Amino acid sequence: MKLESKIPSGPLAEKWDKHRFDMKLINPANKRKFTAIIVGTGLAGGAAAASMAELGYNVLAFCYQDSARRAHSIAAQGGINAAKNYQNDGDSIWRLFYDTVKGGDFRSREANVYRLAQVSNEIIDQCVAQGVPFAREYGGTLANRSFGGAQVSRTFYARGQTGQQLLLGAYQALSRQVAAGKVKLFTRHEMLDLVLVDGHAKGIVTRDMVTGNIESFAADAVILATGGYGNVFFLSTNAKGCNVTANYRAYRRGAAFANPCYTQIHPTCIPVSGDYQSKLTLMSESLRNDGRIWVPKSKDDNRHPNDIPEEDRDYYLERKYPSFGNLAPRDISSRSAKEVCDEGRGVGETGRGVYLDFSDAINRLGKQTIEDRYGNLFQMYERITGDDPYTVPMRIYPASHYTMGGLWVDYNLMSTIPGLHVIGEANFSDHGANRLGASALMQGLADGYFVIPYTIGDYFARTGPSGITTDHPEFKKVHEEVHGRIEKLLSINGKRTVDTFHRELGNVMWEYCGMSRNEAGLKKALELIPRIREEFWEDVKVMGDNEAMNQSLEKAGRVADFLEFGELMCWDALERDESCGAHFREEHQTEEGEAVRNDKDYCHVAAWEFTGVGEKPKRHVEELEFENVELATRSYK
Amino acid sequence: MNLTLHVWRQKNAQDKGRMETYEARDISEHMSFLEMLDVVNEQLMEKDIEPIHFDHDCREGICGMCSMVINGIAHGPERSTTVCQLHMRHFKDGDKIYIEPWRSRAFPVIRDLVVNRQAFERVIQAGGYVSVNTGGAPDANAIPIAKQEADRAMDAAACIGCGACVAACKNASAMLFVAAKMGHLASLPQGRVEAERRAERMVAQMDAEGFGNCTNYFECEAVCPKNISVDFIAQMNREFMKSSWRRKRK
Repeated sequence: MKLESKIPSGPLAEKWDKHRFDMKLINPANKRKFTAIIVGTGLAGGAAAASMAELGYNVLAFCYQDSARRAHSIAAQGGINAAKNYQNDGDSIWRLFYDTVKGGDFRSREANVYRLAQVSNEIIDQCVAQGVPFAREYGGTLANRSFGGAQVSRTFYARGQTGQQLLLGAYQALSRQVAAGKVKLFTRHEMLDLVLVDGHAKGIVTRDMVTGNIESFAADAVILATGGYGNVFFLSTNAKGCNVTANYRAYRRGAAFANPCYTQIHPTCIPVSGDYQSKLTLMSESLRNDGRIWVPKSKDDNRHPNDIPEEDRDYYLERKYPSFGNLAPRDISSRSAKEVCDEGRGVGETGRGVYLDFSDAINRLGKQTIEDRYGNLFQMYERITGDDPYTVPMRIYPASHYTMGGLWVDYNLMSTIPGLHVIGEANFSDHGANRLGASALMQGLADGYFVIPYTIGDYFARTGPSGITTDHPEFKKVHEEVHGRIEKLLSINGKRTVDTFHRELGNVMWEYCGMSRNEAGLKKALELIPRIREEFWEDVKVMGDNEAMNQSLEKAGRVADFLEFGELMCWDALERDESCGAHFREEHQTEEGEAVRNDKDYCHVAAWEFTGVGEKPKRHVEELEFENVELATRSYK
Repeated sequence: MNLTLHVWRQKNAQDKGRMETYEARDISEHMSFLEMLDVVNEQLMEKDIEPIHFDHDCREGICGMCSMVINGIAHGPERSTTVCQLHMRHFKDGDKIYIEPWRSRAFPVIRDLVVNRQAFERVIQAGGYVSVNTGGAPDANAIPIAKQEADRAMDAAACIGCGACVAACKNASAMLFVAAKMGHLASLPQGRVEAERRAERMVAQMDAEGFGNCTNYFECEAVCPKNISVDFIAQMNREFMKSSWRRKRK
């Protein structure tokens, strides 16, 4: 396997322009001779499907939801970054580029990140033209707010529903192309495998989730826009249906999987309240501006929080990080919360939670001010927990919510399988070891609107229309494999439900490959996961049949892939013997508990090649070269 | 707490369907309604009964996937709340709960509580967009938009397309859904350009799908999890009248 990043030569700021000129074009009249399959209709997939159809390509778009509008991009709250410098506060493309590279702890590709910053401005223009109702000032211009990891105000937002509004923009553009006949949309269809013909990705096999039909689709290229794999932890802020299957199946067919251990844990989520918990809900990080985080000083202090006097409270972030206090960065605050809970000082019924207390802020600023700032968040919290945060401290705990790792792609967003392109959260490219707030929406739309429509043309122009149909023997073969797998799942007829296996895997991943990792724990996980997987294939209970809607069967297929993927994540975490960004190896920290990066040995992307189930995958390396920024240590002091 | 559930079970679109009764044991007040159903489903599977199928995804009230009528009310008893954000503390031990799918000719049942909402898709495809291609857009600040206009557009754009408005309406009217999209786009200069054409086409598609008409009961507004105002229906009617009047003059 060769990892050729295909980064264009020349100065950083000119690479993308030069590359656009160097790429081959397809004459408008010939574009209709090419068909692309796009899996996933979130910001990346929806934007790509619409933009490519507008150019004249035929698009087959797939999503597992009942509408393209329901992809999980819709849940993003905060905003989208762009280097517009509308606030005249010194922002620039270069600054957005630098903040993103630094935020990613110097583990991303300079050229990709620079291109992202360059097209960020076009994204905002495009979205406004589509009718996205961004927040405005009284003068009629766009409003901005500031976000973590930046000292300028460059975040555009639509109330607390920015992801929803951007997705509706892409979805509407997509709907227009469906009406025009250029996009054929398959909702409630799940991709179950990838089909390669002569080494090139030329199609997929799907299951119609209503009828159970296993269907094959052929095209000239396949684009995966299938999001992240945070649900490997079972509990995460992802939607219930988010899964790794499409990406994992592509990996099994030969696509390299890059940096799977880079998973971001968000510090402020509503904690787990019981064994029945199905997902976790994020509370905006902005709450930490006025809330103070604490736990009781002693274990087994079961008093009501309001009855615990000041001297018995431990404001551990303020104590450990006096200068940053409650605003310590995401990874630090997440890990500290875990530490105090591990010591037995966690709060709430399950002991996995810490208080986020607003009483000081309310006394200082008045209830009205706090309500103006956080009213909707307080309401959301009360709806879920039944507690009133104005009078009782909130309880929060970290949760998995974004994955920086993904399928390896080159500068053209093409994976190691020719013709297989990967965009949005599904690829690994732009966030390095840690993603900054308001950058996920930016990357999804950049890939979908402004990168893939160009780079796919270059691939098409070089290969020509394939003329392959689903009659090709490869399609028959993969179709049968998919069918066999489903038959197998339905025939085991064991005793344990799918969810019990998923929870068991989630616990192992969270315990040993979650917020902090160490060698012994990862090795333990690598022993435990294959055992769970074995038991799954012997004792899972999947009811019903294939020929109807069958939600247990859908889940079973996804969990089966997570049970293999979890092992890959642990291998990556084990072999990356340094701490960087969201990947914290306990062996590599300073006395104060800060991450210690090892640029000498690990300034690279680790891309894994599948070698067989239960076998150790093969690790390949793409060295990262920093020509424009200096590698520095992130400091929080 | 322990509850008795009466749940609509229907194997597929052809099946006639019926209510079935199940006991829900040891339900915690902190569970969401869907988590309660998860627990019930695990219990059913232990007894070799196939789990209750229902649509859900984000479970944080924004994707619009979840859709069920609880004790006769779309999304259940809490106002401005999707089913996934409804919690069991609003019920008490011994309660009988009736759970049904959205009921409307335009939303045929796929299985149990899962319905087919493709009719909404076709209404959006008929004109629920601004006709611009990717690329070449003017600078985002080129056209100033008054804050109150942008806010009004956002009020309408908050619609999650769940279909509760249709399920609650005795006419199975989709007017709140359609009006929300038209109101969102017509409130902004970018969408204003084709507002009349959009009104004509979306209304025609809405009728073709078999949705009923509005007779001003406003049940839709009462169950809308995003508080979309029926004012947008008035605006839609105005837009539609204008466009049909103009068409007649031609």
